[in-house]
Amino acid sequence: MSDLMSPRTVAAHPLRDSLTMLRRNLLHARRYPSMTIGVTGMPVIMLLLFVYVFGTALSTGLGGGGDRSAYIAYVVPGILLMTVGSGTVPTAVAVCTDMAEGVVARFRTMAISRSSVLVGHVVGSVIQTMISLVLVTGVALAIGFRSDAGAVEWLAAAGVLALVCCALTWLAVGMGLASPTPEAASNAVLPLSFLLPFISSAFVPVDAMPGWIRWFADYQPFTTVVETLRGLLTGTEIGHNGWLSVAWCLAITLLGFVWSQRRFARDPR
Amino acid sequence: MTSRDGTGVTAPAAIAAEGLRKAYGDKVVLDGIDLHVPQGTIFSLLGPNGAGKTTTVQILSTLITADGGRASVAGHDLAAAPQAVRAAIGVTGQFSAVDNMITGEENMALMADLHHLGRREGKRITAELLDRFDLVAAAKKPASTYSGGMRRRLDIAMTLVGSPRVIFLDEPTTGLDPRSRHTMWEIIRDLVAGGVTVFLTTQYLEEADQLADRIAVLSRGRLAAQGTPEELKRLVPGGHVRLTFADPAALAAAYRALGDGAAADEEGLSLRVPNDGSVHALRALLDGLDRAAVTPEALTVHTPDLDDVFFAVTGRPGNDKVEAR
Repeated sequence: MSDLMSPRTVAAHPLRDSLTMLRRNLLHARRYPSMTIGVTGMPVIMLLLFVYVFGTALSTGLGGGGDRSAYIAYVVPGILLMTVGSGTVPTAVAVCTDMAEGVVARFRTMAISRSSVLVGHVVGSVIQTMISLVLVTGVALAIGFRSDAGAVEWLAAAGVLALVCCALTWLAVGMGLASPTPEAASNAVLPLSFLLPFISSAFVPVDAMPGWIRWFADYQPFTTVVETLRGLLTGTEIGHNGWLSVAWCLAITLLGFVWSQRRFARDPR
Repeated sequence: MTSRDGTGVTAPAAIAAEGLRKAYGDKVVLDGIDLHVPQGTIFSLLGPNGAGKTTTVQILSTLITADGGRASVAGHDLAAAPQAVRAAIGVTGQFSAVDNMITGEENMALMADLHHLGRREGKRITAELLDRFDLVAAAKKPASTYSGGMRRRLDIAMTLVGSPRVIFLDEPTTGLDPRSRHTMWEIIRDLVAGGVTVFLTTQYLEEADQLADRIAVLSRGRLAAQGTPEELKRLVPGGHVRLTFADPAALAAAYRALGDGAAADEEGLSLRVPNDGSVHALRALLDGLDRAAVTPEALTVHTPDLDDVFFAVTGRPGNDKVEAR
């Protein structure tokens, strides 16, 4: 009976399906903007706290003689990276919530490109995070961040941030898929949104950290990326951090992508 | 009566399954299911909660994979050509498969895009289906604000965007009020009139009776019986009337008046009389009581239900409600 009709090949439209899913996710973000606002709000609060509350003291520690504007220059690249880190929270939560929705079960029973569901989430999140980055940069400029970087350096910095965003978002999608509840998903990305930015050179130089933490901070990718951004925006030494950042981003993207696809291919819970 | 139809099957099968098995850990959900659903018919899988109905739909609609057995839907093997199966089916799940965060119209547009329809055709089909399912007024409101019946209608409208040849409806009326339930029945009848095959799960015998060409009774992961509604009903002992009396004397008088078929329960002061519940049969019963000058305190008519079918085909009730027979 099963060969009654010869198996038909079903035309695949991965690009078109991904665009459709992207539209769906952007529609969600537009209707329910609280998550997106949180992503921008958190780094802005951090920026203001670090500059106006800790700034003078930290600047003294950095050898800037208590000059708050010196600390602004130091901390802004770190805050930009933190903005990308914060973006993983709504992504992981949205993916986890979405997987429990009946409509995603419907997508799984439709002849669409399977990866489009995830690609839609990733591209949607990257777009939202890039918009947040523009807003955070605006606030940084408004409170006195000055850069002598030219167009090429700004563009390179934007490129590095986009790569980091892509890498962390794919990882966050995998974490969202692997988490049993939205609460668990938001906890799972805590290292990306909070811990790793702090245990890096984003807020204070790693030289100021003790033994093993310093060793960890020296080698983890957030430090590599922050040093690259700092070099591009404020003219400090980049060294091999540039290429290392790109390599880290590509590796994490690949890992997150493969993990997410495998996870999504499993039978739903 | 078993699930096997013999070898003389001629109608092309929209759904054919052999020995489907599924277990979660050591809990066996499906223990060898054989199905044959001819094209253009309504097939109903009947069973209580936890019998494995949803699991069967999830396997046949490619949502999950079976542990054993094989099946084909619309002529395509589930394991070998899942995308071809997906292109031919539509699924409306027990928990509605609509995107609650966006409007009804946006849900429809999403389906049109995922079926790769052109802009104009997508708009035409969306407008047509919203109108057909009485959703035009609510089209611009978020689906989260819809009532249960509206959400179910939107769900089916979304399923129909791709003109599926086989439609799976998993408990489409569970939780609906009676009016919405009847609307849903009309919708399902219209679907089959258009030539599609419907695979329907339900826990209501009445629903399967109203709609289905063939019914299979699922009990603890196995098909306990399969046949037309008439065939199944023949398996069920006829209905009866239960009469309750004020005192043993009245009970005895009624017992004498109604004769041999009746069964008396002296402790409960009740009498159980075979009766098909028709107006004619009830009148005859009451006339008999009048002649004997006894008046019962209460009269209840008991018609065959899912419980009876279960008792008849599995030798045990469909749920925990156990009644002496």
